[in-house]
Amino acid sequence: MGKLELVQTLKKDNGRVWNLDWHPKGDSLASCGEEKSIRIWTKDLTGKWSNRVVLTDGHKRTIRQVSWSPCGNYLASGSFDATTCIWDKKSGEFECNATLEGHENEVKSIAWSKSGHLLATCSRDKSVWVWEVADEDEYDCAAVLNAHSQDVKKVIFHPEKDLLASASYDDTIKLFRDDPNDGDWVCCGTLAGHESTVWSISFDKTGTRLASCSDDNTVKIWKEYPPGNPEGIATQDGDSAWKCVCTLSGHHERTIYDIHWCHLTGFIATASGDDAIRIFKEEEGCDPNSPNFNLVCVVDNAHNQDVNCVTWNPVVPGLLASCSDDGEIKIWEFRE
Amino acid sequence: MYQTSLISSVICHNRHCFELRWNLSKAKNKLRFKYFSITNKFCQLENQNPNVYKTTDDRTATLDEEDDTVVDEFDQREIFDLIRDINDPEHPLSLEQLHVVQENLISIDNGKNSILINFTPTIPHCSMATLIGLSIRVKLLRCLPSRFKVRVEVTPGTHNAEHQVNKQLADKERVAAALENSHLIKVINQCIASRNRG
Repeated sequence: MGKLELVQTLKKDNGRVWNLDWHPKGDSLASCGEEKSIRIWTKDLTGKWSNRVVLTDGHKRTIRQVSWSPCGNYLASGSFDATTCIWDKKSGEFECNATLEGHENEVKSIAWSKSGHLLATCSRDKSVWVWEVADEDEYDCAAVLNAHSQDVKKVIFHPEKDLLASASYDDTIKLFRDDPNDGDWVCCGTLAGHESTVWSISFDKTGTRLASCSDDNTVKIWKEYPPGNPEGIATQDGDSAWKCVCTLSGHHERTIYDIHWCHLTGFIATASGDDAIRIFKEEEGCDPNSPNFNLVCVVDNAHNQDVNCVTWNPVVPGLLASCSDDGEIKIWEFRE
Repeated sequence: MYQTSLISSVICHNRHCFELRWNLSKAKNKLRFKYFSITNKFCQLENQNPNVYKTTDDRTATLDEEDDTVVDEFDQREIFDLIRDINDPEHPLSLEQLHVVQENLISIDNGKNSILINFTPTIPHCSMATLIGLSIRVKLLRCLPSRFKVRVEVTPGTHNAEHQVNKQLADKERVAAALENSHLIKVINQCIASRNRG
């Protein structure tokens, strides 16, 4: 069994903290929530995390998610006020230099592609939008995807390719890519299996597997089967098929709000409405077509209320950040 | 006796009802919350003649409860007292009077900090079900310590869109977004504002 040790508790927000994102360099952390501002936390001289920068006036309502661009120069924020703001530091201080509008209501999630040339947003209006980062502070809408039949909760990009995944209140996950012939974005896969809202998804390091978590209290691991796969899984139109190869049930007592697959260590962390943080590890040497994942750590009462987000530091292995409805952000260190 | 008082109050309630509906239809346009079926006409009450039940007596405090040294856990009756006076969005009656909430449909587990409220819409196609459930959720959110996890669900088998209503009420993100809507929160506050019991 591993051990998750609390490094520091950060509190400044008024009200629920919805989301966190580590800077690609791993040296700062952005947080957002009910208080309508974004906070950036960095290490001070004593090695403690502290809040130096507060970004206000970008949004009129709750900020649901924050996301750093892969280059680390831009920060995107999606809000219940139906807009997405892009912040940058060109003037020396963080400023909101672009606001993306178009969604009919609450923006739930945002994601940058690996190259940083594409940005995806999703909303309660059931749509997923893909934006092309054109010139300086210019974003062109490349696609409006209406494949989901309900509120879309989360969007993420593949770690290497321009493949977009979205998770929804309609219990499914969908995959999108652009059609090389006409440049149009199309839905190229639907992953059905969860019995309730899919709250979050996370690719593994290679992008050939996807972990999802849901209101049905389970985690599912999906595997990509490309055309011509040796297992003989049927594919359509040259697109890979994705199959659920593992379901982790019986571990969580309530809704699982977030999941993050660490690209450095391969550990999977989950954030749940039962106030706990759990960490899973893949069993070595198991069949890739039916892998086993073992629960290696549970921290009960990791927070006083629902845990909304867990995220592994992209540079320091085992460094985890979490946030909660109780208004606190916690930094943890995981050791096997 | 209850019937006569109901009719007179429905008449003077009409204007109020119009305002509620107007506010809500604005909220609906903006939020696409489906509280009303499209066939609904203005000021046409959905359930024109609901059964009205007698309310329970106020509870009398026991000696133990007055003793500050005794740990007094939350119980069914206490939760019931918090929600029984919530107003029905359509009638000038409390949820208790309409048997929308009942004491025996509340379960509480202090150890696990979990509370489950079942509420029973007056009619199986009640378009107000989500709004009633939201009012119960908001009331408890404001009154109970934050450690409690409250689930508000339709009593099994009493509503056509039971699953849909339950799923929406359980989605804290959608509830949070709904509560940031000024029109909607106004209507909910009107439902929650306590009236004098006659």
